[in-house]
Amino acid sequence: MSVQTTDYAASEIRSPASFFANRVFIYGALVFWAFICLFPIYWTITTSFKTAVDVTQGHLIPFVDFQPDWKGWRSLGLSPDAIFRTSTVRDEFIKRFMNSVITSVGASSLAIVIGSLAAYGLTRFRYHFAWFKNEDISFFFLSQLILPPVVLALPFLVLYREVGMLDTRIGLILLYTLMVLPIVIWIMRDQFNSIPVELEEAALVDGLSIWGAFFRIVMPIALPGMVAAFILAMVLCWNEYFFAALLTSTDAKTIPVMVASQTGSQGINWWSMAALATAAITPLAVIGIALERYLIMGMTAGAVK
Amino acid sequence: MADETLPTSAWPANAAPSDLISPGRKRLGRALMAVATFGLLAVIAIQILYKTEVNTIGFETWRPVVYAYVLWGVALGIGQVLTRGEDGQRALFLLPALLFTIAMVIFPTLFGFYIALTDWNLSSFSGRKFNGLDNFWQMLADPYYRNALFNMVLYVLAVLVEYVIAFGLALLLNAQIRARKFFRVVFLMPLMLSPVAVSWMIGKSLMEYRFGPAAALARQLGWENPAFFSNPITARISIMVLDAWTFIPFMMIMLLAGLQAMSREVLEAARVDGANAWQTFWQVTFPLMLPVSVTAIILRIIFKLKLADIIITVTSGGPGGATDSVSSFIYREYRDRSNVGYGTMLAMAYLIIIIVFVTWLLKFANRFVRNVN
Repeated sequence: MSVQTTDYAASEIRSPASFFANRVFIYGALVFWAFICLFPIYWTITTSFKTAVDVTQGHLIPFVDFQPDWKGWRSLGLSPDAIFRTSTVRDEFIKRFMNSVITSVGASSLAIVIGSLAAYGLTRFRYHFAWFKNEDISFFFLSQLILPPVVLALPFLVLYREVGMLDTRIGLILLYTLMVLPIVIWIMRDQFNSIPVELEEAALVDGLSIWGAFFRIVMPIALPGMVAAFILAMVLCWNEYFFAALLTSTDAKTIPVMVASQTGSQGINWWSMAALATAAITPLAVIGIALERYLIMGMTAGAVK
Repeated sequence: MADETLPTSAWPANAAPSDLISPGRKRLGRALMAVATFGLLAVIAIQILYKTEVNTIGFETWRPVVYAYVLWGVALGIGQVLTRGEDGQRALFLLPALLFTIAMVIFPTLFGFYIALTDWNLSSFSGRKFNGLDNFWQMLADPYYRNALFNMVLYVLAVLVEYVIAFGLALLLNAQIRARKFFRVVFLMPLMLSPVAVSWMIGKSLMEYRFGPAAALARQLGWENPAFFSNPITARISIMVLDAWTFIPFMMIMLLAGLQAMSREVLEAARVDGANAWQTFWQVTFPLMLPVSVTAIILRIIFKLKLADIIITVTSGGPGGATDSVSSFIYREYRDRSNVGYGTMLAMAYLIIIIVFVTWLLKFANRFVRNVN
């Protein structure tokens, strides 16, 4: 499952000239796509340091084209000179940020717990639930993946209003758990399948119960898979917009909803928008760089047999 | 319902026989489950009677029913262990996820089908009225919904282009290059970013008509009037590009894993047989990659069918509904017109279309892969 390096491409090369052309083409393409991936991010970060003139004149490179300015960050209350003063925008931002953290961590944790247990049960035991067998139960869980959010959104809007969970973080957490559960079960099933059953059989012979064997023997081995599933779930929950936009209004609003509402009202105010967008994407960008290995592990689970 | 539904047989076959459980313990477990079920039903009954104003004792909201359901689930779990011992412990692995999913999917979906048959506008005072298939007939006559469905076809077809680019990138990353890890992280980056932030970063600023660098570049290249979102065709293409930008890395990573799992001997053999790079790709690499490709494309299509946030935030469906996906159309149906009944009918129809389409897709893909290999 881990990504290894391969080096057979060189064997396809025949003459030095074509080798050189080949290299130029490969690196040219790589750099070109890296530019496509990074330029919007670069643009957003630099724009957050621009003033109105720099925006309208299309200046691109800080210090060469234009003098960086804290204007955008000041309007968020996050610039060096504004950080110690009170700022309603910053309070609002931090509140939304914490909402995002709580809902995505809460939903990912809940999904990991119930998803891992279900995946373990499905890989190790035979169930008969009325006329449903293991394969049917697995299919039932995985088929939730195709359920579009829009199908659940309106019924949940009504149901949450009836049970008083509209605009609460717990309401969002439950929905997000539902959203990532199939992915978690998919990854964890793959993970548990790769662990030999003999380990647990030995543990059972040694007198551990089924749950004892699961917690003491299987869990530690499956931990990397759990981390991978957790991070992938985190990413999906953090970026979720549809449910959050429909089901929250004042208390439980998350970062994407805040970003989206700003684009509507003050689309011209580019520097503060850019600062807000930068602040919204930074946590995941950091996670993406630091934990790239786990992300790839999660995404490729079950894809390659 | 509880005791017969989850009989599990031992696997591996070394479970303790269930007759080791004393009759008293079994009775206790059954009693517990019976009490819990009775309690849950009682709470629901009281609440229904209260809400229909038959009796005066009840709760303000339905939340106690949620608590009752959770308690019932816990009691069911304990009861399983008490009555069925080790088999019950096995069932306990599956129960939480099963009860959660059933409560969160089956019930709301059924409820959704009921809402779909009502005339219910949250902003009007008349409340909900059952109106049978009226919403359905209205849906059939709705040109905007048909247009949104047509757009979904276009958006799904765009997946093929994304696939070609993703395959190319995977091949690049799999070639013998330096700084592979750097490029992999960079290529993965767009997937990490929130689509809402991306739609501002690219859709609303980079592609902005007056000051955006993308518009400036387009002017340089000779497009005199680079308004990306004002004409239906360019607006659709722009939405596709935005969505592709975020999701190409997803397919790329899966294809890269497939390339790296391929055995090197096969490629060596092709080279020994005198195949050039082009032939090797079409005769060896591509056929071997077919199963992974199909998985990647199907998963991507499933994600594509949910496309909404970029459209809602960049164009709100405009110009004139030209870029609407089904999800974004229903979202606006609710947000702008509070039309819950009709919106739900549209969503349910979409769900059925999706289920039929994805089932067909899976069958077709299965047969396709089997025929080629």
